[in-house]
Formats: sequence, C-alpha cells, structure tokens
Amino acid sequence: MKSTGEPPLALKMKATDTDNPAVLDSKRRTYAMLGEFTNVDSLLAACRAVRKAGYTRWDAHSPFPIHGIDSAMGTRQTILPWLVLGAGLGGALLGIALPWYTNAVEYPYYISGKPLMSTPAFVPVIFELAVLFSALTAVFGMILLNGMPMLYNPLLSSERFRRVTSDRFFVVIGADDRLYDAQATETLLRSLGAVHVETVED
Amino acid sequence: MQQELTSSQTVGIVDNTWDDPDRRAPLVLGGKDFTAVTDTVAALAFRRPPLGWYICFGLALALLGLLGITVLYLFSTGVGVWGNNQPVSWAFDIVNFVFWVGIGHAGTLISAILFLFRQNWRTSINRFAEGMTIFAVICAGMFPAIHVGRPWLAYWLGPIPNQMGMWPQFRSPLLWDVFAVSTYATVSTLFWYVGMLPDLATLRDRATGRIRQFVYGVLSLGWTGSARHWHRFEKAYLLLAALATPLVLSVHSVVSFDFATSQLPGWHTTIFPPYFVAGAVFGGFAMVLTLAIPARQFLGLRDLITLRHLENMSKILLGTGLIVAYAYGTEIFMAWYSGQHYEQFAFVNRYFGPYSKAAWLMVFCNVVAPQVLWFKKVRTDPWLLLAVAMCVNVGMWFERFVIIVTSLHRDFLPSSWAMYCPTWVDLGMLAGSFGLFFTLFLLFIRFLPIVAMAEVKTVMPEAHGHSGPGGTSTPDERKFDYQPDEGEMQPQMHADVRG
Repeated sequence: MKSTGEPPLALKMKATDTDNPAVLDSKRRTYAMLGEFTNVDSLLAACRAVRKAGYTRWDAHSPFPIHGIDSAMGTRQTILPWLVLGAGLGGALLGIALPWYTNAVEYPYYISGKPLMSTPAFVPVIFELAVLFSALTAVFGMILLNGMPMLYNPLLSSERFRRVTSDRFFVVIGADDRLYDAQATETLLRSLGAVHVETVED
Repeated sequence: MQQELTSSQTVGIVDNTWDDPDRRAPLVLGGKDFTAVTDTVAALAFRRPPLGWYICFGLALALLGLLGITVLYLFSTGVGVWGNNQPVSWAFDIVNFVFWVGIGHAGTLISAILFLFRQNWRTSINRFAEGMTIFAVICAGMFPAIHVGRPWLAYWLGPIPNQMGMWPQFRSPLLWDVFAVSTYATVSTLFWYVGMLPDLATLRDRATGRIRQFVYGVLSLGWTGSARHWHRFEKAYLLLAALATPLVLSVHSVVSFDFATSQLPGWHTTIFPPYFVAGAVFGGFAMVLTLAIPARQFLGLRDLITLRHLENMSKILLGTGLIVAYAYGTEIFMAWYSGQHYEQFAFVNRYFGPYSKAAWLMVFCNVVAPQVLWFKKVRTDPWLLLAVAMCVNVGMWFERFVIIVTSLHRDFLPSSWAMYCPTWVDLGMLAGSFGLFFTLFLLFIRFLPIVAMAEVKTVMPEAHGHSGPGGTSTPDERKFDYQPDEGEMQPQMHADVRG
C-alpha cells in the first residue's frame, strides 16, 4: 500500500461518525426480527406456519433440542455421519499403515517368530485410531458445520434473547429473507402467539 | 394409560422411587420448571461457595502439594524411592493406574451406554460423572508416565521418529495401552465439552462480570440454541455415544491385556477383559455415588439428583458387583480345574499367603458389603449408600493390589520370591493422586455447570409438544413420551401432510 501522508480513510470516517450519532445509526441495519414464545407447542406451531408462509432465511432457537422440530422446520439431514464414516475409515487405514511401516518395513521386529505383519496384534491400534479420528471429526465437524466459533452474534445484543439458553423459545426471521417485511412479519409472529416481538440491528 | 406429572405437580414429592408402571416417575422434583432448573444449577457457578468448599479445597490442595513433593523427589532420585523390587517390579504405580482408569469408566457408561439405551435418568448425573472420568484419567495417565524411570524420555512411547531410528513395538499390549488411554482421554474430553456447550452458553447469558462473560463467551463458541445447530449437535452427540461405547470396553480390555498376555500365574487368564470391565464400572459407580451424595446434599441438588437416581445407580452397583463376585469365583474354579500346579498355588497363596488380609478385605468390600443393596431401604438411604460406596472404593483399590502384588511376589521359582512393602513415597503418591482428583473436581463444581441443564430439561414433561403449561395437550396425547418423527423417515409424505 502506498503511503500518502494523510490518515487512512477509515480513521477519518470513524472520527466523524462517532461525533454524529445520526450518521452512526444510519449505518446500522436491521439484522433480524425475533418472536418470543413461552412453550414448545406454540414454537412448533409457529415453525410450521413460518415455513408454510414461505420464509427461507429463518431459524428457531430453544434452550434444549425439541423433538419434531426438524420436520416442522423442514431441516434436511446433516452430512455429518458421512464425514465421520470417512474419518473413521481413514483412521483405520492409518492404524494399518503405521504398524506395518514401522514394524515390518522401516525397522523389522522379529518377535518370537511371529510374522512381521502380525495383523491380530495390530487390531487394538487400528480400532483406537478409527475411534479417535471419528470422534474428532464428529465434534469439529459439528462445530464447523454450525458456523462456530461465532464469537460475535447480533442476536445476543437483545436482552430478552438471552433467556433462550434458559426457558424461552424464539423464532428468528432474517432481514435478508426476500419475504421479510417489517409490518407483515411482525403481524405474522404476533398472530402465532409470540408474547414479544422485536428487531435486532447489526 | 401412563400418567405424567407436570412440574407443578411434583411439589412435595421426596420419594420418587415407586415401581408402579402406570405412574411415570418424575425425574425433576420440587415443582421445578425450566427457569428453576437453570436458576438452581447456574447459581452454583456464580455464588460464593460455602465455607465447606474452601475447607475441602484446602485439604485437596495440601494433598496435591504432597503429590508435587513426592513426584519431585522421584524425578530427582529415581524409582528406587518406591518399594518396587524384583520380582515385584509393578506395584503402587500400576495399581493406582488401573484403579483410576477404572473409575473413569462409570462416567463414560453413564454418558454413552445409558444414552444409547435411552435411560432418561442419566441426564442429572452425566455431567459430573463425565467430569469425574476426565479427572480420573488425568490421575491414571500420570502413573505410567512417571513409572518409566526417566520420564523425560516418555515420548519414546509414541510413534515419533528418533535419533536411534527405532520404532515402538506394536505387538506389545503396553503400546496398545498408550493408544487406548490417550484416545480415551481425548474422546472423553470431547464428549464432556460438547455436552457442556449449551450450558456454557447459559452461563454466558447470565454472567454479570466482564471476565466471566468473556471466558464463558469464548468457551461456548457462540452457541445460541438454534434448531439447525441442535440438529447437528444431537447427531454428533449420538455418534460420540456410539463411538465411546466400544471405546470404553476396549480401554479396560487393553489394560487387562497388560496382565493377561504375560505368562504369570494369576495373570494369564482369558477372563480378564470382561472381569476388568465389570470391575471398572463397579468401582466407577461407587465413585459417582461417593461424589453425588455429598454434592446433592450440600449443593441443594436434591430435586435434580433424586432418590430415584441414587436407587438406579445402586442397582447398577449391585449388578456389576455380582459380575465381579462371579469372576472371583471363576478364577478360583479355573485354577483348581486346570490342574495346573503354579496356577493353583497362586490362588492358595492369594487367599492364605502373606497378603491374605488384603485379599479377604477385597472379598468383604466387593462381594459381601454390596449385598445389602438387595434391600430397598438401603438403596434409598443416601448415607447407608455412601457407606457401601466407600467400601467398594476401598475394595476395588485392593483388588488391583491383590492381582498385581500377590501374583508377582511368588512366581514359578521359590528362589526368586520376595515380599513387597510400600514406602512413604508410594503412600504419598496415592494420597496425592486423590488430591489432584479432588482439586480438579472442586474447581469444576465451582466454575462449570455441574448438571447438564439442557439435557435435564428434555426429560421434563414440558419439553414435549402437546403438554405443559399453555400446551394443547389432551390426556390421549400425553401417553406418548416419544413421538415418532414422520418427517425424518419420509420427507416427501410429510411435505404433503403439512402442505
């Protein structure tokens, strides 16, 4: 980057923005609309209705996994089990290759006349490596597929939304959904029994 | 038709151990709803701990200090500071290793095997049983690492290229142990952490201080309870349970191979893998009870860890205890039936030789004492149960001592016989390992969610559609605890039905 001697543009902008709250506000845009529900039934019913209304960029949030919500929301099966299967097979292959290479090829161990490739004796290591790789993939695959770690989330700026990890249920409709309309979406959520509706900004 | 009590109807119930199949026993008592469950558990992480916690923590730290001193002395002087000799070249180091690894198994059993069997009562106890697993595996892993003599060369255990151009010997059960125990430690930690993610998010959302908000915020990775995240979370959890189940069986089997693949009378038996696994679960459940009973009493968790939970655990204790008793009997029978002189001597020497006191203590603690659990009065009395669990803790440690020391000290040749006596360093390390275990455990109950809040909520009646406050439940619908998910099986059809 060339140095022009002037302060970078971003710094100049920032200085004026913080001086003028109106400018700051205009930069914030609506991120999503939250509808708060108090029990599982109304959440499930709301999920069915929101899905039927044609929304695509939306989600339900709950303190615990809810049985039947996947079909209510139309969530597709995750590919995670296939990733885990692949990793498990990879781990097993490594478990075969490692003792074979180290004990039969690179440094042949002759132990009580047994064959260099003593497959039965290598089974525990093959098994353990298969389990290790599968488990690591199950955990980190889940975390990454979920888009985590996500240490900044506009939803957490809502004071009420914090009860989602305790005792409240939320339907969150993204402002980037093509059906999103401040009026219509709020009416929909309220008609579904939301006890509170609010928007969060990013 | 089965009746299910909503949370408000559970006020005043203390004893939920009824066996009447018509009345589903509630697993959360005291009229607690979702909010109350969160409040009860989260408060433990935020409040100032009671005086008793500081006293226990002080004691644990003192023992941990003893461990530090003895380990330092061992490293600076050598394994000669132990009582180990020839022929008893394995003694307290391996006794403690097997003891602690075994303790861990109950945690994995609760979190994985009971999960696969849909034992809903596991949810209240699985978190700290898993914590116990990890701390026990840390204590266990320490002993093989320090018993190698030159611990700074412990990396030779791993398949790492070195200047000698040598590789580990993959036909050795000691190497299998390295893989089994390190995999077990990794998978247990992952299981524990993944299960804790939603609860860490709960603590994040309730934390007031900046430091706590930041730490819980980072640890919870931005969890917000999204249904799409729960979907993958549950899948990952199920996969981990399915992986941990054979893993836990393999770990203690591999530990038993350390003995069973040798030629030594008293060790060289095919019964060892199942015998060791049953013993591990037995000893582990005793430790879970040892931790759970004081915890529920002093931390106000009696509505979450109910009498029913204690009774179920004591039934498992009794069942696995009977397997262990059967294994003791089988060993003696096989020694006699084999007609093998050395094998017969090993068992006569075990029960009537110089270490017979240890052997009979083991029999009393592991076989006789648990028989009182046939009585429901004992199973539902927390303090009697604690006494039985303490017996089993002692008995299971002595079991490993008896197996290892009595088999080694008198083998084939009388000219190589010798006695073993522990030194103060041996005893100090045993006590010190308890210090390490309890230090970690006390820190855990101070700062982390010790009951799996999210999981406990799923076994409350309000967690299912069609019931609970404000729900559209009809008595007919309530009888289905588990509602088959038509959408998972036939996505096309469900789209038609729901439009």
